[in-house]
Amino acid sequence: MYSFPILYMQEISSLAKVSTGIEGLDEVTGGGFPEGRPILICGSAGCGKTLFGIQFLVKGILEQNEPGVFVSFDETAADLTANTSSLGFDLDKLSGEGKLRVDYIRIERSEIEETGEYDLEGLFIRLNYAIEAIGAKRIVLDTLESLFSGMENEGLLRAEIRRLFKWLKDKGITTIITGERGVNTLTRQGLEEYISDCVILLDFRVVDQIATRRLRIVKYRGSTHGTNEYPFLIDENGVSVIPITSLKLDYGTSSELISTGLKPLDALFKKGGFYEGSSTLITGTAGTAKTILAGYFALGSCLRNERVLIFSFEEAPEQTIRNLLTIGIDLRPYIESNLLQIHASRPTLYGLEMHLLNVNKLLTEFNPKTVIVDPISSLVSVGSPVEVKAMLVRLIDTLKTRRINALFTCLMSHTGIAAGDQGTIEAVSSLADNWLFLENGLVSGKRQRSLLIVKSRGMEHYNDSVNFTISSAGINFAASSIPTKSNSAHGK
Amino acid sequence: MENEETLGEGRQKLVLQLFVSGMSPKSMEAIENARRIFDESCSEFFELEIIDLYKNPEAALSHHVVFTPSLVKSLPLPKKILIGNLADSEKVIKALGITFK
Repeated sequence: MYSFPILYMQEISSLAKVSTGIEGLDEVTGGGFPEGRPILICGSAGCGKTLFGIQFLVKGILEQNEPGVFVSFDETAADLTANTSSLGFDLDKLSGEGKLRVDYIRIERSEIEETGEYDLEGLFIRLNYAIEAIGAKRIVLDTLESLFSGMENEGLLRAEIRRLFKWLKDKGITTIITGERGVNTLTRQGLEEYISDCVILLDFRVVDQIATRRLRIVKYRGSTHGTNEYPFLIDENGVSVIPITSLKLDYGTSSELISTGLKPLDALFKKGGFYEGSSTLITGTAGTAKTILAGYFALGSCLRNERVLIFSFEEAPEQTIRNLLTIGIDLRPYIESNLLQIHASRPTLYGLEMHLLNVNKLLTEFNPKTVIVDPISSLVSVGSPVEVKAMLVRLIDTLKTRRINALFTCLMSHTGIAAGDQGTIEAVSSLADNWLFLENGLVSGKRQRSLLIVKSRGMEHYNDSVNFTISSAGINFAASSIPTKSNSAHGK
Repeated sequence: MENEETLGEGRQKLVLQLFVSGMSPKSMEAIENARRIFDESCSEFFELEIIDLYKNPEAALSHHVVFTPSLVKSLPLPKKILIGNLADSEKVIKALGITFK
C-alpha cells in the first residue's frame, strides 16, 4: 500500500470504520466505510456496482477475516462466480471455507400476485439465517430495488426497507446496498432517502471516445471525505481508485546525489549529478537525443542496482532497446534480471486518468526508484491542455511523494513551441527540478548538437551550452566545452 | 368448490404451500383466509401445507420466499406466488386459475 498526501486523511471523528477492500478508497473515505452501517452504492448499469460489493466481501474475508453474505437479486451464484473469477476472486473456495455465502433470490414478477397486506419478514428470516450460518460481519444486497419491480403497494415496501436498514444497523452489520441510477434521483426508488450514512455514486462515461470510470462520495455522515470525482479502474486485480491528491508540498527532500548516467554530464553540475528524488525535464525538437539521454539515465540507475520503470508512448520496448544498443547502451541484461521494465502503450489507448492509474499501479507493484516517461508530450493528444496539465501535476507529485528519480522527455516542434506543447512544458517545467534543453544547430552546413542546463534547483551548474556528438560509442562532449577547473562557469 | 379446468376429476391437485412468519397478525390472517378459501371438505382437490419460516428458514431459500405471507402454488404449472394476507379471495381464486360454481 502507498499513501498519498491527502489533507482529509487526518480523521477527526471517532466513527469506527472498516476497510473497503478497494485500493485507494480507504484514503478517499478517510479510513473506509462506517462500521455496522448501510452504505449505498449507486450508478447506471455496467458501472461496476456488483464488483464493488464482491470485492468488499472478498477482501473483508481475506484481509480482515470478516465473513460476508452476498445477496443477489439479479445473478445466480454460478453466474456471479464465473463473472468474478476473471478478477481473481474464487468465490467457490471462500464459500467452501464457510467464509462467504452467496444467496440468490429470484423474484419473477409474472409469478407474483398481491392479495393483501404483506411484509418482508421472509427476507429478514433468510438474511438472518445466512448471517448466523457464517457469522457474517458484512452483507451486500445487489440490487435491492429489484424487489420493487412492478409492485403495487410501494408505500408498504418502502416502510419495510426502512425497517430492514434499521434491523441491519442494529445487528451491527456493514451493508452495501447497490442501486440503479434513476432519472432525477440517485436510485430509481430513491433509496438514498433511507441511507443517511454513506452514499457513493459511480459513473461510467465516454468523452471523445475514451471511457473513464469515476466515483464520487455524495455523503458520508460523521466523517470528512474527499469531494472530488475520483477515477477508478477495473482490471484483472479488481477495482482500484486513485485519489487525486491535494497538492501539499511536504515531500521529504534529499541531499544525496545520483549520476545522470553520463559522466561528462555529471561534470556540468557542481556536485556531480542530480539530487536524489528530483524530477528532470528534457526538452528538444525531434532528433535531439532526448531518448538517448533517457537511456543513459536508465542505465545509470541499473548500475546502482535500482529499479527502473520506463513508460514509452512512441516506441515498442524492443525498438527502444535496439536503438540504444547502437550507441553502446545495453539494457538487455537489466530487462532479463527484471531491474528494468519498459511499458509501451499508445497514449490514446485510454483516458488520462487511466494512464495515471496505470502508472500508480505499476509504481506499487514494481516499486521502482527511477521512472522515465518518454515522451510526456504524447499525452497531449489524449485530453485538453487543462486536463493534461492537471494530470502531469498529479503524476509528478506522486513521483515526488515516493521520492522517485523522475525523468520526462518532451518533444517540441521545429517551428518553435507549438500551442499544445506550451501548456505541457509550462506545467512540467515549473514542477521539474532540473531542465535540460537540447538543440540541433547548423554551423556552416554541419549539424551542431548542443545541450543547455536551463535550471537545476539548489545546484550550481554550468551556464553555457555544451556541444556534443553521438557515435556508436555514445554521447561525446566536445573537449572544448567540457568544463575544467580553468574554464568552469558554474552559476545557479 | 369445483372447476372443470383445474379441479375436475383426473386433473392435477393444486399443490399449495403457505409460508408465514410465526404468529404475526398478517400470518394469522393469511392462515385464516386460506382455510376459508380452501375448505377441508374439498381436500381431494388440493394439498395445503403451512410452513412457519421461523421454524424452517431453509424453506425460504428453496422457494425464494421474500415476502410474507406467501402462498406458493407449485403445481399445476405455471408456478404462482400470492403474497399478502389473502384478504382478497376473488383475486386469490383468479390468480390460481380456479372458479367457483
